[in-house]
Amino acid sequence: MKLLVCIKQVPDLESRFKPNAEGVWYNETDLAFRMNEYDEYAVEQAILLREKLGEGAELTVLSIGPDRVVEAIKKSLAMGCDNAAHIQDPAASAKDPWQIASVIATYAKDKNFDIIFTGMQSQDRGSAQVGVTVAELLGFGCTTTIVGFDYDNGTITAKRELEGGIKGVVKLKTPALVTCQMGLNVPRYPTLPNIMKAKKKEITVIPVAELQAEEPLATTTSFHPPAKKGGGIVLEGDVGDMVEKVIAILKDKTAVLR
Amino acid sequence: MKTLLIGEYREGKLLESTYELLGFAGELGAETAMLLVGSDNQLPAYGGTLYLADAATCGEYNPDLHKKLILEVVQKESPDYIVFLHSSYGWDLAPRVAAALKIAKISEVIAITDGGFEVGCCNAKMRRSVKPVTAKAVVTIQAGAFTAKQPGGTPDVHKLAATGGGALEFIGYEPAEKKDVDLGKAEIIVSAGRGVGKKDNIPLIQALATALGGELGASRPVVDAEWVNHSHQVGTTGQTVSPKLYIACGISGAIQHLAGMKKSDFIVAINKDKDAPIGEIADVLVVADVMQFVPALTAKVAK
Repeated sequence: MKLLVCIKQVPDLESRFKPNAEGVWYNETDLAFRMNEYDEYAVEQAILLREKLGEGAELTVLSIGPDRVVEAIKKSLAMGCDNAAHIQDPAASAKDPWQIASVIATYAKDKNFDIIFTGMQSQDRGSAQVGVTVAELLGFGCTTTIVGFDYDNGTITAKRELEGGIKGVVKLKTPALVTCQMGLNVPRYPTLPNIMKAKKKEITVIPVAELQAEEPLATTTSFHPPAKKGGGIVLEGDVGDMVEKVIAILKDKTAVLR
Repeated sequence: MKTLLIGEYREGKLLESTYELLGFAGELGAETAMLLVGSDNQLPAYGGTLYLADAATCGEYNPDLHKKLILEVVQKESPDYIVFLHSSYGWDLAPRVAAALKIAKISEVIAITDGGFEVGCCNAKMRRSVKPVTAKAVVTIQAGAFTAKQPGGTPDVHKLAATGGGALEFIGYEPAEKKDVDLGKAEIIVSAGRGVGKKDNIPLIQALATALGGELGASRPVVDAEWVNHSHQVGTTGQTVSPKLYIACGISGAIQHLAGMKKSDFIVAINKDKDAPIGEIADVLVVADVMQFVPALTAKVAK
């Protein structure tokens, strides 16, 4: 069985974001990058299945982006993926979801993957459509935002998370693609011996030009902070002073403290 | 300009959020037609054209067939925009329709701008203005971003007859876990987010809730990490609350959390990140380390 997991490297979301020179995405200077959180659940689920299947199964991790994404790829290899494909694209962040999905589908189409795992969305772009679009382009069955996954003899049983805590249970036959939601599993930390072992694993580098043919379907015209709604009070400084101020405000503005 | 609105129906009921689609179309100043995989006896209060397929035969979650139904109606209506809610139904189905038509798909729209749409990014801390390059586009709108509009009237129903399976077999629903606390009735909620750092710190948040006579709430990551039981979760996949006072401790303010608590009368947020999106809706933002500020506040309240 052949498995693929697609990951993205994203900035630490606690960072302060400034527009880049074109004003359409963030400036990468001073940002620390790591694996997209939803993708960690996808990697973990793919590895759990890889371990269950044992010999004869192969798990590839794929990431599109500049050379910095190799760090996220190495983490996936240290967690337990067998090998990797780095689709080298310094301009990946300027591509729309359709182009990214097309690149992945072009890479995957002649490789006979049985199951593809992705995160449900990226934390930076948040378009929540690359995984589903890849499935459509490949003609794979697909379900989204899964919080439960089981595989047996060509059939996936997945639990989708719906609004209000309700879940929907679905079955689908492979080949299939699933997009993973937080809480699906507990992603492992790579151990030192596995980090050492991962250094020997193969990372195939493919220039994006070999896979990219599609033009964008949507374009970003501006990247900016939200308009401040105003009205909110911001308190900074000494903790003791702030406690006094908050108590005074609560007494003044709410009926809950007297 | 014309929109095709894709209504939502689950467990035998038309979902109220369907009316938010009409709110969006109203703001856009567009003509509307609606498509619903639902039921004859659950028609929306809407006087326009409604393409109706029967959920009893088409399934409530059968994306391959629902896609086919939508494509059939797109042929007839030729809408400029096909509009979904950015929900578990919409975000699953919308990209399939966009891919089939090879047109732009713009996700989780929060506002309409000149010739395009405003969407959130970077965990809701930033915004992008996005324009479709294609003549038509698929759009999903953020829950709660557009005011629901219930025009009234009885729809002009056109029945859709398509049937067929798809790659998926829907087995059934699993009910939400039983709640041991009903946060919906609480007047004061003190919620813990990832910023509290570790499970051992939860009692300090609980102590503030107790001192105020309120209940403990939590954000999703804290529940996923099993620091707090799911019955305390506030947000789209937990409970929706509107207490008199909501204190968010170390919660950055993911959209899903905000959707569950933004109707609170008064919101105090404690966060070390001054730019955290929770600051956008907080009446008071305290820029501080949660574990320093909260025990100090508890001590003062308890006096």
